[in-house]
Amino acid sequence: MGNAIECRNLTRHFGGNRKKEPTVALDDVNLTVEEGELFGLLGPNGAGKTTLLKILATLLLPTSGSVSVLGYDVQKDAQKIRPRINMVSGGEVSGYGLLTVRENLWMFSQFYGVPGSEARERIDELLETFSLLDKAEAKVRTISTGQRQRMNVVRGFITDPDLIFLDEPTLGLDVSSSRTIRDYIRKWVRDGSGKTVLLTTHYMMEAEELCDRVAVIDRGRILACDSPQNLKRGVRKDSAFTLELTPFAGIEEIAAVEGVRGTSIDSGGSKATVRIVTEDESAIADVISLISRKGGKVLSMTKAEPTLEDVFIQLVGRGLV
Amino acid sequence: MVGRAYPRVIGGVREPSWLFFDTFLPLLGIAAFILYYQAIGAPEVFAGFVVLGGAMTAYWLNVLWSMAAQFYWEKEVGNLQLYLMAPMSRMAVLAGMALGGMFFTSVRAFSTLLLGIIIFQVEMVVTSPVSLALVFVLTLIALYGMGMMFSSLYLLYGREAWHLSSLFQEPIYLVSGFYFPVRALGFWVALAASIIPITLGLDAMRQLLFGQESMGFLPIDTEILILLALAIFFIIGARFALNFMEYLGKREGRLTLRWQ
Ligand SMILES: Nc1ncnc2c1ncn2[C@@H]1O[C@H](COP(=O)(O)OP(=O)(O)O)[C@@H](O)[C@H]1O
Ligand SMILES: [Mg+2]
Repeated sequence: MGNAIECRNLTRHFGGNRKKEPTVALDDVNLTVEEGELFGLLGPNGAGKTTLLKILATLLLPTSGSVSVLGYDVQKDAQKIRPRINMVSGGEVSGYGLLTVRENLWMFSQFYGVPGSEARERIDELLETFSLLDKAEAKVRTISTGQRQRMNVVRGFITDPDLIFLDEPTLGLDVSSSRTIRDYIRKWVRDGSGKTVLLTTHYMMEAEELCDRVAVIDRGRILACDSPQNLKRGVRKDSAFTLELTPFAGIEEIAAVEGVRGTSIDSGGSKATVRIVTEDESAIADVISLISRKGGKVLSMTKAEPTLEDVFIQLVGRGLV
Repeated sequence: MVGRAYPRVIGGVREPSWLFFDTFLPLLGIAAFILYYQAIGAPEVFAGFVVLGGAMTAYWLNVLWSMAAQFYWEKEVGNLQLYLMAPMSRMAVLAGMALGGMFFTSVRAFSTLLLGIIIFQVEMVVTSPVSLALVFVLTLIALYGMGMMFSSLYLLYGREAWHLSSLFQEPIYLVSGFYFPVRALGFWVALAASIIPITLGLDAMRQLLFGQESMGFLPIDTEILILLALAIFFIIGARFALNFMEYLGKREGRLTLRWQ
């Protein structure tokens, strides 16, 4: 099978003039997604995920580099790409509040020239799948956020695209809505021959459990790209720890201890939880001596199976928030 | 195109209270002008002018506020990027918006006209229905073409354009002769005002409805030709503005919402 997406040396700047440096949203990105893949972009806010998606969806031009989607150049052949793609973003409020769920979906299906009877059939089918059938005739402005987001996802799939972009599709959703959406995405890729999904997320679990391959992106750069299993193998088995401590001033200095590759510190309440990825086991002794010197107390320490979060901590040096 | 006209029409039907205000308020304005004209002893036919002008105001306001600001607004809710990502023709999106607006505004305009005629006992004779229909349709095409062109420019120059709109609303009421014959302003002002399609459209319709007394600005045939030229100009202009908006927007990242 061919490549659904190919980016070569893709760079995108925003703003900037003689006085001000431009924001570099994407910095020399090279990325290939094959047809039939469920591919994830994992990165913190401002990493450049949405910018990349917009370029792929023909809504934004690259500053430099070449980008092809479904074999066509995004700059020259946007019209050939558009009928075959769609995009859904988390927290989207698109559509018209005065129209019903069904009417909104019908309207968007018509923009893609889906024949009337087929559109009606697909709408019913998808509304059923996403448990929205009882809301079909409700005006969009009266439905809940979770229902609205499920409607948006339906909008994306109603046109039967070959490639769909999902920008944080489960952002801020309740557990059951999220699950419905994830289950559907998985099934859609497995059942359709060559259907491709590119989704962005900053939920580790989502990337880990859903994606065939994940690219870790931070500050516009792709830091690693592989299957979740292979990425985790890159973190040595004996190097990920979870510590529970009594909070103390200067807790963030742990990150500066020699041999510590990265930390993610959650110091909300009466105890702090610190996730540490080290180069090897010996560094942990220095961490513990730092903690006692600063007046902190180690409540518990566990050696952890590496997760995608540890991959991220190791690559970026900090946790994903 | 039908897809895009749809929310407008349905929306209008769903919120009938709009209809009440949009018919009632123009009538108040009309009444004020008619009373004023009666007080200064203006010819009877002025009442007809005012009613017709008042009805056409609906289209003007629709173009100025709703149509021209449409893309801007669609961008704010995130619809614009969905439209631009879709494979349909961009002109069809605009035309759909225009048709939807036109349809719904017609309901208001005709209710205003009808009520105005009844309440103020306006007499008019339709001497040439074909010309009247032609003038009306050309006026609407040119007017909405202008709206289509503005909608792209608004999107790019958002806030400034908004101020411009408010700035122009009142003066244009005046110079376009909504409530009196445009010729009263003198030839040059009237000519300049003719760039707004509604000016000549109104003038031509008055000539066709009220005959000699209407103090027309230019001969009807000339006005029809100019309207036709305006219609073509604005539609082509809309196309250019749209392409320009899309290109500039894609280059500078202004088409889409930042926080997504
Ligand atoms: N339209 C825009 N104009 C200016 N800067 C932008 C625009 N869109 C994104 N940016 C900037 O580009 C960077 C990447 O943003 P984005 O792609 O939205 O990140 P993410 O989706 O990963 O959170 C951020 O610094 C953001 O402020
Ligand atoms: Mg984003």
